Amino acid sequence: MTERLRCCLSLVAALGLLARVADAAAAAEVRIAVVSLAGDLRHEARRLAQRYPGQPQGRALDGAQVAAAEARFALEAAGQSLRLDAQEARNEAEVGPMVAALARQGTRFILLDLPAAAVRQATAAVKPGEALLFNVSADDDGLRGAACSPVLLHTLPSLRMRADALMQYLALRKWRRALLLSGPSTGDAAQRDALVQSARRFGIAWSAQRTFRLSNDPRERDQSNLNLLTSGTDHDVVVVADADGEFARGVPYATQLPRPVVGASGLGAQAWHWAWERNGGPQLNRRFTRAAGRPMTGYDWAAWVAVKAIAESVARQPKAGFAAQAQALVTGKVVVDGFKGPPLSFRRWDRQLRQPVMLAHPDGVVAVAPVEGVLHPKNNLDTLGADEADTPCRAPSS
Amino acid sequence: MNEMPSPKWFAVTLLLVTALLVGAGLAEAARVASGQVFVSSEKDDAIAAFDARSRQLLAVWRQCKRPRHLQLSPDRARLYVACSDDHRVDVASRKTLASLPVGDDPELFDLSRDGRMLYVSNEEDGLLSAYDTASGKRVFAVKVGEEPEGVKVSADGRRVYVTSEVANLVHVIDVATRKVVGNIQVGNRPRRLLLLRDGKELWVSNELSASVSVIHTDTLEVAHTIHFAPRGFRAGDVTPVGMAASSDGTRAYVGLGRANHVAAVDVASRRVLDYVLVGRRAWGLALSRDNARLYVANGLSDDVSVVDTASSKATATLKAGRVPHSVAIDD
Repeated sequence: MTERLRCCLSLVAALGLLARVADAAAAAEVRIAVVSLAGDLRHEARRLAQRYPGQPQGRALDGAQVAAAEARFALEAAGQSLRLDAQEARNEAEVGPMVAALARQGTRFILLDLPAAAVRQATAAVKPGEALLFNVSADDDGLRGAACSPVLLHTLPSLRMRADALMQYLALRKWRRALLLSGPSTGDAAQRDALVQSARRFGIAWSAQRTFRLSNDPRERDQSNLNLLTSGTDHDVVVVADADGEFARGVPYATQLPRPVVGASGLGAQAWHWAWERNGGPQLNRRFTRAAGRPMTGYDWAAWVAVKAIAESVARQPKAGFAAQAQALVTGKVVVDGFKGPPLSFRRWDRQLRQPVMLAHPDGVVAVAPVEGVLHPKNNLDTLGADEADTPCRAPSS
Repeated sequence: MNEMPSPKWFAVTLLLVTALLVGAGLAEAARVASGQVFVSSEKDDAIAAFDARSRQLLAVWRQCKRPRHLQLSPDRARLYVACSDDHRVDVASRKTLASLPVGDDPELFDLSRDGRMLYVSNEEDGLLSAYDTASGKRVFAVKVGEEPEGVKVSADGRRVYVTSEVANLVHVIDVATRKVVGNIQVGNRPRRLLLLRDGKELWVSNELSASVSVIHTDTLEVAHTIHFAPRGFRAGDVTPVGMAASSDGTRAYVGLGRANHVAAVDVASRRVLDYVLVGRRAWGLALSRDNARLYVANGLSDDVSVVDTASSKATATLKAGRVPHSVAIDD
C-alpha cells in the first residue's frame, strides 16, 4: 500500500467518524423552523403602527423564541436540545420549495407565520411522515375544513371558534338581538359568515344585516355614515365584521343608540390578552414583553404554544423518534399547558388546538369562553369551532 | 381585606402582640401557642389572623406586596411570609422583625428543620435560592426549570426538591454540592410537594393532570400516580395544587382547585377516601395540630373553608380578603 493511499484511507475513516459524531448530535437536536413571507401585508410598517385590534403586532418568531427558552431545561433533562431557525420566503411561490427543503434537511417541525394562501402552498409541498406544519397566524376556516391536511396543525383559534366565543357571550348576557355591520371585502365576508353561523348556533337574532363602506361619497352615505347605518332598528348590541379594522375602530361610542360594540372592535374574541392575570398569565406576559419589547397578542400566543406542544411531545418520549412524536400530537395525546386554565390538546378531526378564547376589550379580559352554562358531552372546549360531527375535514388523524 | 378590624378587635390585637413579644423573650419551652390562624391575601397585600377556636377575625395588617406562602419557624415563634412583588421574605410575628431580600418573585419556600436555612423558588429567574436566616445572606442559588414553585427540604437537610411548572420536572438538589443531581419527569404543571413515610415518599401535585405523582426518594422514580375524579367533574376541571398531611402521616389532603373539592387520601393504600366540597379554586391547605380541622384557602371565592376532618364536611367559612393564598396555624 502506498503512503498516499494509506493517508487517504485514514482520512476516509476520520470523515466517517466525524459523520457518526454529527449524526449522534443531530439525533439529539430538535429543529424547529419558523417560515414567514416577505411583504406579508399584515406586517406592513404602516399597518402595524395602526394597531388594529385582533391583528398581529409583530412576527410569530418572538413567541416561538420565548417558548424555546422555556423548553430548554426540560429538553436538556430528556437529553435533547432545541434549535430554532427563522426562514423568510421572498414570495408565495417560494414557500412550498422552502418547506420541502427544510423537511428534507431534517427540520421536522415547521411553524407557518403565513397568510392562508401561502399555508396551502406549504401544505401541498409536504407528504405525511416528512414533517409537521403548525399554522400559527391564519384563522381561515377552510384550512381546517375542506383544505385540511394530515400534516397541518393549527394553534390560532379559527374564525369560527372566535365567532362562537363571541356569540356564547352575547347569549350569556342575554343580548339576543344584534345589528350586523359587515364590509365589502372577502375577508369581511368570511367574518360575517362565521358570525351568522355562530349566531344561529347560540340563538342570537339579527335585527338587521347591513354592509358598510369606507367612503366620504355623499351618494353612498347610507353605507358610510354610522348614524344612518345604526338607526332604524332596535337591537341590544352592534356586531362588526371587518377584517381590516379601519372602519370598526370608529364604531364604539358612535352608534345612533347607546349600544355596546363587539367583534372587530370593542369587545373581541382573542386567543390571548396582555392583561390576563390567571394561570400564570402575568409571568408569561412579563417574559414576552421583556423578550419582544411589546405586549403579547393572540398571534404571539399561537406561535408560543406551538413550540410548547412540540417540546412537550419530544420531552415525553425523547427516544421514540419523529413519527411517534408527531402521532402523539395529531391524535390529541399530547397535553399542553397554555396558561389559560384547562389542559389543551389537538382535535383529532381537524388538528385544531382546543382552547379557551378570551373575550376582551383593549383594556382587559371580561370573560373566557366556553362561558358558564355552555356544555358539551365530552369536552366543553369543543363548543368552540367545528365539532367532530360537523367538521368538513375529511382527513381525521388515525 | 377591605374593612379594618373594629376598635374592639384592635384592642385585642394590641394585647396579643404584647403577649407574643413577651413570649418570644421567654425560654423556648415556655412559649404558648397563640391559637391563631393566619391567611395571606394576594390582592390585599395583607395577612389576616383568626382565632382558631372562636373563628373570629382578630386582626388584618398590611404586610407587603402580594404575600403568598406562609410558614411558621420550627419553634413557631416566627411567621415567614413570601412577598412576591416585594421580592423578599418577611419574618413577621405580627410586627415585621426582618426581611430577607430573596431575588425576583419568590413564590414558595421551605425552612430546614433547625430553622437556619430558607430555600425559596424565584419564579421569574428560574432559580432555587438558599438563604441563611440569621444573617439574611444568600448562601447559594441553583438554576432550575422555568417557573419553579414547590420547595421541600428533606428531613436530614441534605436535599431540596423543587418543582418546575413549565418543565414538568421535579429537580433534586444536593445541598452539599449545590447541584441538581436529578430531574424527575412528572405530570403537567407540577405545583406543590409533600414528604411522607419518614421522607421515603415525595408527593407532587400535577395541576393539569388531575393527579399526584408519588416518587420514591431512594430511587428518585415515580412509583405510583394517584388520580382524582370527584363526582360531576371532568378531568380538565380537577386541578390539584395544595397538600397537607396529618401529624402521624397516615392521611393526606389534596386541594383540587377548580373542582372545588379537597380529596382525603389514605397514605398507605394511596386510595382516595373522600371528596369534601369547599369554596372556589381550593389551593392552600393547613391542618390543625390535632388533625381535627383542615383550613382551605379558596382563591376565587375570597374565603377559607374550615373542614371537620372526622365527618369530612366543611363546617364554617371565614371571609378572607381578596385571593387568599396560604394558611398557617399557630396551635
